[in-house]
Amino acid sequence: MLGTTMNPTLQEILDLMARIGRPVQLMEVCGTHTMAIFRTGLRALLPESLRLLSGPGCPVCVTHDRFLEHALAIAAAPGTLITTFGDMLRVPGRSGSLETARANGANVQVVYSPLDALATARQHPELRVVFLGIGFETTAPATAGALLEAARTGVTNFMVLSAHKTIPNALAALLNSGEVKIDGFLMPGHVSVITGTHIYDVVASDFQRPAVVTGFEAEEILAGIALTLRMIAAGHPEVGNAYGHTVTAEGNRKARELLREVFEPCDDVWRGLGLIPGSGLQIRPAFAAHDAARAFPAPDAPVPETSRGCRCGDVLRGVITPPQCPLFRNVCTPWSPQGACMVSSEGTCAAYFRFS
Amino acid sequence: MCLAIPARVLEVNGNDAVITVQGVQRTANLMLLEDTVQPGDYILLHAGFALRKWTAAEAQEQEQLLAEVGLGPRD
Ligand code: SF4
Repeated sequence: MLGTTMNPTLQEILDLMARIGRPVQLMEVCGTHTMAIFRTGLRALLPESLRLLSGPGCPVCVTHDRFLEHALAIAAAPGTLITTFGDMLRVPGRSGSLETARANGANVQVVYSPLDALATARQHPELRVVFLGIGFETTAPATAGALLEAARTGVTNFMVLSAHKTIPNALAALLNSGEVKIDGFLMPGHVSVITGTHIYDVVASDFQRPAVVTGFEAEEILAGIALTLRMIAAGHPEVGNAYGHTVTAEGNRKARELLREVFEPCDDVWRGLGLIPGSGLQIRPAFAAHDAARAFPAPDAPVPETSRGCRCGDVLRGVITPPQCPLFRNVCTPWSPQGACMVSSEGTCAAYFRFS
Repeated sequence: MCLAIPARVLEVNGNDAVITVQGVQRTANLMLLEDTVQPGDYILLHAGFALRKWTAAEAQEQEQLLAEVGLGPRD
């Protein structure tokens, strides 16, 4: 928390806002960042004309119900075992959740790593063990690593159902739609060290918006906001770094190479954002044997992105804040979540519930 | 599925490391790590993989953030 005396960075932000002379909206696109911004209590200190929005940065939240229905269909098939990160378990879909499927006898196991899923596959050669691959550029390399290991060691019953996604196309889709005015992006430090800043280049070059990497402490977030506003005031958007550590354009080369070896871009649907060309990652034909999407065709029926009046999609686009959802807090709570954004600890609704 | 969990390296065995995450011992795969680590170093752990080396200060800051928002390492 910041002290009550006027902080020099905050003063600079006020000065810059006066210079810019119009309202500014900045978006952060990482679940951990969402929580960090809440924790610092910064929103209350910023001028009203400067708004911080939360974007589509929570992997479970952006995963469309279509994927969940596909996973539930696999769980219902004989001789299968679904392995998933815990956050996916309670997401309510049209035909229930993975948790209810498990209660009804399906094999569903929570894992902390795709490598745990691989170990399960080794222990259960009689089952087809399907790992639900969700997450962005930081998580997809882990899935790729486990899949390569399965291929190398001949664990043929290990499969991945991939809903992995990449962030840049989603940001472009948000900006293209023009539905919400976004003047710049705050990017999360530790993730950016891994992804590299090149993935944000499109924001500055094609959309003329600044994208600034910041840390998680109040001071660091303020410094990131100040740098973003300086670029806006100067009319000179760039990809910038206000994180006190080395962030290279390249990021972690090994992780990127592994991702490319196993996955190729595909069109994908996002909760809230719909179909975004080139925003998904599908398993390359060379690893078809480990691709659950090939072994288990997706259900035919079209699936709406969400159900029960949940407005997660609008939350993910920054169109509404969670308190504007009629279900928030009275019907929808972390104990009885009606949508993915309340289930996931990284979700915006869960963050609002906890901190406001 | 926390994005980044700080872990301390206890032991390095080839491509794997024995690590401790808030008192719980686990294994981290090192195949994605570009730095070399030794016992006592901190790493950023994500989905079972070490993604990079962390300074003790960074690890502490992240641990504090996770604790304050009510997230243990296993969420
Ligand atoms: S409060 Fe609940 S129902 Fe409303 S948008 Fe968020 S997750 Fe969906």
